[in-house]
Amino acid sequence: MAGTLHFSPDDRCNAFITTCKEAPFSDGTLAGVAVAVKDNISTAGIQTTCGSRILKGYVPPYDAHVVGLLRQAGAAIVGKTNMDEFGMGSTTETSAFGPTRNPADPSRVPGGSSGGSAAAIAAGLVPMALGTDTGGSIRCPAAFCGIVGLKPTYGRVSRYGLIAYANSLEQIGPMARTVEDVSRLMSVIAKYDPRDSTMLDRPYDHRPSADIAGLRVGVPEEYFGEGVDPRVAETVQNAIGVLEGLGASTVPVSIPGMRYALAAYYVICTSEASSNLARFDGVRYGPAVDTRKSWHEAYQDLRQELFGPEVRRRIMLGTFALSAGYAGRYYAKAQVARRNISQDFERALREVDIIAGPTMPTVAFRLGEKTDPLSMYLSDILTVPANLAGIPAISVPCGRVDSLPVGLQLMGRQFEDERVVDVAYAYEQEVKA
Amino acid sequence: MKTIVGLEIHVQLATATKLFCGCSTDYRDDEPNTHCCPICLGLPGALPRLNRKAVEYGLRVAKALDMKVPEESEFARKNYFYPDLPKAYQVTQYDKPLAIEGTVEIEDDEGHEKLVRITRVHLEEDPGRLVHVAGGAKYSLVDYNRSGIPLLEIVTEPDMRSPQEARRFLNKLRTILEYLGVFDGDREGSLRVDANISLEGSERVEVKNISSYKGVEKALTFEVTRQKNLLRRGQKVTRETRHFMEGRGITTSARSKEEEHDYRYFPEPDLRPLRVAGWVAEIDLPELPVARKNRFMAQYGISLNHARTLTGDPKLADFYEEVAHIDPVLAATWVADTLLGELNYRDMSIAAVPADRIAELLALLRSETVTDAAGTQVLREMLDACAAGSPCERPADIVERAGLSKATGGEFTAIVQKIVAANPQAVEDYRIGKKGALNFLVGQVMKETRGRADPRELGKIVSEIIETGGV
Repeated sequence: MAGTLHFSPDDRCNAFITTCKEAPFSDGTLAGVAVAVKDNISTAGIQTTCGSRILKGYVPPYDAHVVGLLRQAGAAIVGKTNMDEFGMGSTTETSAFGPTRNPADPSRVPGGSSGGSAAAIAAGLVPMALGTDTGGSIRCPAAFCGIVGLKPTYGRVSRYGLIAYANSLEQIGPMARTVEDVSRLMSVIAKYDPRDSTMLDRPYDHRPSADIAGLRVGVPEEYFGEGVDPRVAETVQNAIGVLEGLGASTVPVSIPGMRYALAAYYVICTSEASSNLARFDGVRYGPAVDTRKSWHEAYQDLRQELFGPEVRRRIMLGTFALSAGYAGRYYAKAQVARRNISQDFERALREVDIIAGPTMPTVAFRLGEKTDPLSMYLSDILTVPANLAGIPAISVPCGRVDSLPVGLQLMGRQFEDERVVDVAYAYEQEVKA
Repeated sequence: MKTIVGLEIHVQLATATKLFCGCSTDYRDDEPNTHCCPICLGLPGALPRLNRKAVEYGLRVAKALDMKVPEESEFARKNYFYPDLPKAYQVTQYDKPLAIEGTVEIEDDEGHEKLVRITRVHLEEDPGRLVHVAGGAKYSLVDYNRSGIPLLEIVTEPDMRSPQEARRFLNKLRTILEYLGVFDGDREGSLRVDANISLEGSERVEVKNISSYKGVEKALTFEVTRQKNLLRRGQKVTRETRHFMEGRGITTSARSKEEEHDYRYFPEPDLRPLRVAGWVAEIDLPELPVARKNRFMAQYGISLNHARTLTGDPKLADFYEEVAHIDPVLAATWVADTLLGELNYRDMSIAAVPADRIAELLALLRSETVTDAAGTQVLREMLDACAAGSPCERPADIVERAGLSKATGGEFTAIVQKIVAANPQAVEDYRIGKKGALNFLVGQVMKETRGRADPRELGKIVSEIIETGGV
């Protein structure tokens, strides 16, 4: 039943950077299913830009591991979705290809950085898509657009072919309208790849189960404190009440290390990014540099011109955080904070099976609302801890505030992605009924 | 004024594939950019996968140099921009190297044994190579065949006291590396050296990227003179990086901008920490140079000098052991003196010489089928053929074809008579007792007979002919 899928979406929310009008597919568990891929995941023969002008026209000669798996499973790769430039943002507004709009309300952002993937699903253009999550980039747009998104355990999905933003934090993950589809897509992409040395051979092969009787749900006070919209908090509390109704019990827990989570996160991700993005220097990417200039001058001018302001800001921050005399004060301290947060989660997850809270502190922002970078960074407070701790986390729609979607975030122990999927599934099935 | 020298040596490990990908390392004679993949090209999204063999090779060196291997070592990124560096960072090791604290024994300038301490060894990847286009082009080309070649950086303490000691250290180190089978000295750029040199009480100067041992000695000798002259004129030595201009034998100051690097090292997040201390016990070291030299003397009864020469290069030592069964002492003389001399003259490697043919030649020499002089001629013919890539004739066939088999003096009576007749002055000198005259006459006959006769035997015939008045 191999064939070609004709794909010409009505992309009024600008979810795609590239679409494939004729998408070939083959036999397999996803035979003929249209799957969109975030534009920082390498696709052989299909332009891969990371939402940046510097990679405009870059066509990878090889497939990311997950893309190879998608093709093997028969999926039709129908396009590459819009994103914040190199994943740096929570709104998809930093893309060089224009912002994506939220299908739930086109005056709002879809969240980010995997905003294109979330919007494509929410708008009904594709049933499922791949996103990537460095500090919430799958879960934030899933919550804002009202779909489901899973950030897998660090080391569960191969990063081979994912154009790195912050290697030690990020994972590729599935996004879909339903938990079941998220789980299906996860079963396809979570297969061992020896090319990623940070990966463990723990394939995901699971059908979600809605039986959560006896489950202990940890509710951290830090997830319902200052900065969290009380109406969002209430919506999420109600969702946790639904879990109790299904036989789960709730336990108050604490993640004291959360105080330093954002600072640690932004030091680590910008440090790694400053190194990862250094290769985009005009020698092989972007238009040819001006050979009349000395090479370092040409590099500087090209990078100044082709990276957007948020990317330049993060490269500068990371360069500073790693520089001699400051690395001890910033990079090394951030690693300590990261270990503390990991230990906090480990401790809490010995007492409970799962931790629940809001995915985002608010509903989707208006386009252009977050003008100063700091307030944008603050909105990541509830998602970055899972990346720092390397634990699986899912966002599942749990109601609306001002008719905008709210996401329930469920975090589990490392390599217990199956459990966070089951709890999300139990909730989804219960409220659907 | 004491000279203080420390070295950083980059050794190209002789693995079949690169440090982080499966590309072949043997790109000699191949077109540029034909040994590359997404990983060594640093394409976005590609990830490094550590070559286990390179780690084993590094540990072999660590064990041979008697080093400590920490429980955990770690790769780090060294960040800097340069057009030959595809990722704009080099994956190397920084504060957690593969091994620390070892020693190498060398002879000091007075001929005494001394220990040079090894600070650390670590693994790292080589960048690509810039190819500058002739004819004033406005651009350069990048060849990534070399990108990702595994290097072992070996750092010494400042324990050497002269340029000569530094060269002896490098020779010794090279021999050890060759014995360990981790290094192919014949590959271009397989060993590169940065040297730190200071005069006691003065600032230190780093001379970068010297690509030969002779270069190291030359560069350091130049620096000693330059620094002494500065001090003699009452000036100070500036702490700086200098480049060695191989062709001119001098060092020149690198622009100070090049030194102002902040490499912003941090642990490579794409690789896990390396926990390989447990591997060391599994490593079987081969017999190292000193042990082999002692065994050669004991087992084959050859001289210290021959044993030292033969074991100075593992390939030469192996070669000797392949031919020693014919006659160990004869073989030692022929391999260490005659053959090695002929090879150096031709700039040939011992690897190009077929041992079985040399064994045959040794057998001819041992049975006195040919003389030493004829043997040398046969050897030269064989080496010329090998150097030209032609099949190597059997020595017996060469002897046959060229008529080089040893002849008794009687065969040459006519020639001897001719020589004696043509050199009356020498005959006269001989008669009045000048010893040299006989040697001269014998030499003339040898020349005429192309060395086929045994000179001692010939001497007897010449004197007989003179004395019996055969003139």
